[in-house]
Amino acid sequence: MPDLLLELFSEEIPARMQRKAADDLRKLVTDALVERGLVYEGAKAFATPRRLALHVAGLPVRGRDVREERKGPRVGAPDAAIQGFLKASGLSSLDQATIVSDPKKGDSYIAVIEKPGQETIAAIAEIVPAVIRSFPWPKSMRWGKASAAGASLRWVRPLHSILCTFGAETEDPEVVAFDVDGIVSGNVTYGHRFHAPGAITVKRFDDYVASLEKAKVVLDADRRKEIILADAKTLAFAQGLELVEDEGLLEEVAGLVEWPVVLMGSFEERFLDIPAETIRATIRANQKCFVLRDPATGNLANRFLLTANLVASDGGTAITAGNGRVVRARLSDAAYFWQTDRGPLPDLDTLQASADKLGLDLSKPLDQRMAKLDKLGVVFHAKLGTQGERVQRIAALARELAPIAGADAEKAERAAKLAKADLPTEMVGEFPELQGLMGRRYAELQGEDASAAAAIEEHYKPLGPSDRVPSDPVSVAVALADKLDTLVGFWAIDEKPTGSKDPYALRRAALGVIRLVVENGVRLPLAQVVKDADLLSFFHDRLKVMLRDQGARHDLVDAVLGEGASGSDDLLLITRRVAALSRFLETEDGKSLLAGYKRAANILKAEEKKDGEGAFAGAADLQLIADAGLIEEKALAVALSQATPKAEAAVAAEDYEGAMSALAEIRPAVDAFFDKVTVNDPDPALRANRLKLLNQLRAATLAVADFGRIAG
Amino acid sequence: MSPAALPDALNPTRSFQGLLLTLQRFWAERGCVVLQPYDMEVGAGTSHPGTMLRSLGPKPWNAAYVQPSRRPKDGRYGENPNRLQHYYQFQVILKPNPPNLQELYLDSLKAIGIDMAVHDIRFVEDDWENPTLGAWGLGWECWCDGMEVSQFTYFQQVAGIECAPVSGELTYGLERLACYLQNVESIMELNFNGLEGDQKVTYRDVFLQAEQEYSRYNFEHADTAALFRRFAEAEAECRALLEKGEAGDRHLMVQPAYDQCLKAGHTFNLLDARGVISVTERQSYILRVRELAKACGAAWLKTAGGGAN
Repeated sequence: MPDLLLELFSEEIPARMQRKAADDLRKLVTDALVERGLVYEGAKAFATPRRLALHVAGLPVRGRDVREERKGPRVGAPDAAIQGFLKASGLSSLDQATIVSDPKKGDSYIAVIEKPGQETIAAIAEIVPAVIRSFPWPKSMRWGKASAAGASLRWVRPLHSILCTFGAETEDPEVVAFDVDGIVSGNVTYGHRFHAPGAITVKRFDDYVASLEKAKVVLDADRRKEIILADAKTLAFAQGLELVEDEGLLEEVAGLVEWPVVLMGSFEERFLDIPAETIRATIRANQKCFVLRDPATGNLANRFLLTANLVASDGGTAITAGNGRVVRARLSDAAYFWQTDRGPLPDLDTLQASADKLGLDLSKPLDQRMAKLDKLGVVFHAKLGTQGERVQRIAALARELAPIAGADAEKAERAAKLAKADLPTEMVGEFPELQGLMGRRYAELQGEDASAAAAIEEHYKPLGPSDRVPSDPVSVAVALADKLDTLVGFWAIDEKPTGSKDPYALRRAALGVIRLVVENGVRLPLAQVVKDADLLSFFHDRLKVMLRDQGARHDLVDAVLGEGASGSDDLLLITRRVAALSRFLETEDGKSLLAGYKRAANILKAEEKKDGEGAFAGAADLQLIADAGLIEEKALAVALSQATPKAEAAVAAEDYEGAMSALAEIRPAVDAFFDKVTVNDPDPALRANRLKLLNQLRAATLAVADFGRIAG
Repeated sequence: MSPAALPDALNPTRSFQGLLLTLQRFWAERGCVVLQPYDMEVGAGTSHPGTMLRSLGPKPWNAAYVQPSRRPKDGRYGENPNRLQHYYQFQVILKPNPPNLQELYLDSLKAIGIDMAVHDIRFVEDDWENPTLGAWGLGWECWCDGMEVSQFTYFQQVAGIECAPVSGELTYGLERLACYLQNVESIMELNFNGLEGDQKVTYRDVFLQAEQEYSRYNFEHADTAALFRRFAEAEAECRALLEKGEAGDRHLMVQPAYDQCLKAGHTFNLLDARGVISVTERQSYILRVRELAKACGAAWLKTAGGGAN
């Protein structure tokens, strides 16, 4: 079976786009092949900084022949109908049509059209140019002479050549001939930009990979990653050090080289006074280098690992020296920031008003920064005021929430006041990703309480479904205050997330609140802070999404929130109730009771249509049951009268397991009732009484959850 | 006749001015018009009308020039080894970009003494955008051994107008590149003229005093009331000139108008350095300059240089 080899050779593709681009290429080409009935055995795509490549193995030489029958008019039909039939089916005369006989309708024409399968190579020649022209790059560009015309080809960076061959292993593959805006497909590629820039003629995938390897190009990004990681570890080990692994950086670095060469550089030990996170951040962000640590102490070492794209003729001396210079320059900047941020601001005298407003102590560096942030009037959002105003709100809210989170109110308020104070620091200005963390460091240095300092870092958390949730009560209080202020604010100005648009990450903030509350067991009466019913239902929606993502049954959220259920603003209780209900519904008792409930509800619905809504409200007449009812009827009445108050009391006591057990107690009676009792008895009194019983059953379950909202 | 080699003192690895001359000569030999710096304060080589206006319209255009760049906010009174409020950019603009622009660029690095067998040159994603000029493009930071030595951009839009055809723009950060070539840690240590002993002139000799004086001016003494006034005046004059230059489907006074746009831009940068523009106002000033730039760009397309018939 023949294989397809495709390579799109361009100028340097941004590292962050390579993997997805390779996936897109594979998917778009193979989907188009399959759409034409060309199934294949396997497909794999690759990316380097300068090329996307695709190998599709085991394609047929041509697609399957298609035989199509087209029904025509009756024999002897008017000429217009005959002509129309011939035209539509591509026949030149009726001689080419077949006549079929039908005992009822008589004889009619049929055209049998044999469509030979398309040659695969021809299909590829159509598919690939179309894929190239509509490729889903996140950002694309025009270039060169052709860009003078309006609709010139777009690619992520200038596209230089296209290699496309198709053929079986046993023969020389053919070039799939096509042309995309003047780039003619061929069987030529190019090696490493500096080591082997010459043209390389390629037959098929095997020799393509081997030739590239010889020309200092490792095609597979995962292999480049393995090489970098293995070499980095070896170099670290040789120095008695340990690599600080960083998957994101590894992925990026592998997208910056075709031939990875790992080298070790160093910097002065004095820089190790700077916080380790800062060293790592600057070396990572600016230089895309790995850092190392001493396995004995866990402290950073004054070494770094860079990944070059060159086997240098001097063994890498110049490359290492050059990178070292830049790293040193960057660390000098960081050291300067670290020092400056801990010293007094020059314009202290202008900050008194802000300090008074926020209750800050201007003798402390971080307080000065917060006062500065307020003084600068940095706008948080045009309609939501400045950062200073926001911090005031968060501090007040953190104080209010502190008892609920079990935190000391003073500490929570203090932490909130300093939570954004690192924003105007030099360090965070340079490395925004260190926000929070630097605030914590500076807070510790000026002697803040340990919990308050930690809260400065942790109040941003959790940043998503998999981020760690802080557990220190002070952190929880400030984190809740920060997120709730954001949500309430944006709801107040009607800037809610819509569809895929959520520029202020409000969904993430709501999820953060939910996780903070649920995972720390915080009983937060949301309605105290959230007055907007729409925002409350947004929380409910996010809770459903969270439960669904965790594989839980989100329909149960609706059930416990259903009418009649109390405490809908307490996310912790909702979650616990959902969990209890979910466990109950997995038991035999639960399944059976749900089935019984549904049956009761269906019967009631049907009968209420006849007798009117509320016709069966009120308690069943026990005397009537005693006089004329069945034993099962009585048993249900007794079970309900015992279980219902139990379930209600358990719910009131927030003992949801207890409420479920109470419900479980009525299950045998329900089963027996439906087994033996005919609800719609000819005697209208008996019928009404039985329907009342069912209504009582419905009411009993409603104490725990609205079973009517449970799916299935 | 082959051109004479540069004398030893102008070796780009030893002389700042030698670096500059080598790049000029390299690009002149590849068909570029070698322009002189624009005689106004600008923040980057892109602002020179030789790039900003000439990159618009269909006419081919290849030029190279040094542009002193003023960034008032970056002043450090001459005390930071890597930051200056006045520095040089070497700018190359090729319209349309030739297909081998990357190779040409690498050849220029070879010409200034960077050996590709020992140095690691990389093209690292960096999408360029200049909000005050309404311009953006895709390209890279060019790294030499981990240091950014140039900016490489394929202009997609300038003055809010789609580039047709696209220009390739190369910007070399000359001081940084020279530090690397001369192997010195601070810009002030650069050998300016390539001579030694008492004939040697350093970057410090030429520019330290200016850095100190301008830092004082930029941060402490620039007359902000006058600057606000000047901004408004430049803005008004730019608009007035654009209006007066309108002549049906032609425009007769784009470049004087564009000068006023540049003036407004630099005045804004000074005000920004003085810290008298709040964060919210900042955006609106940028927008006002961009509107001027856009209007100039649109007018340029109605001139001979802009390809109008």
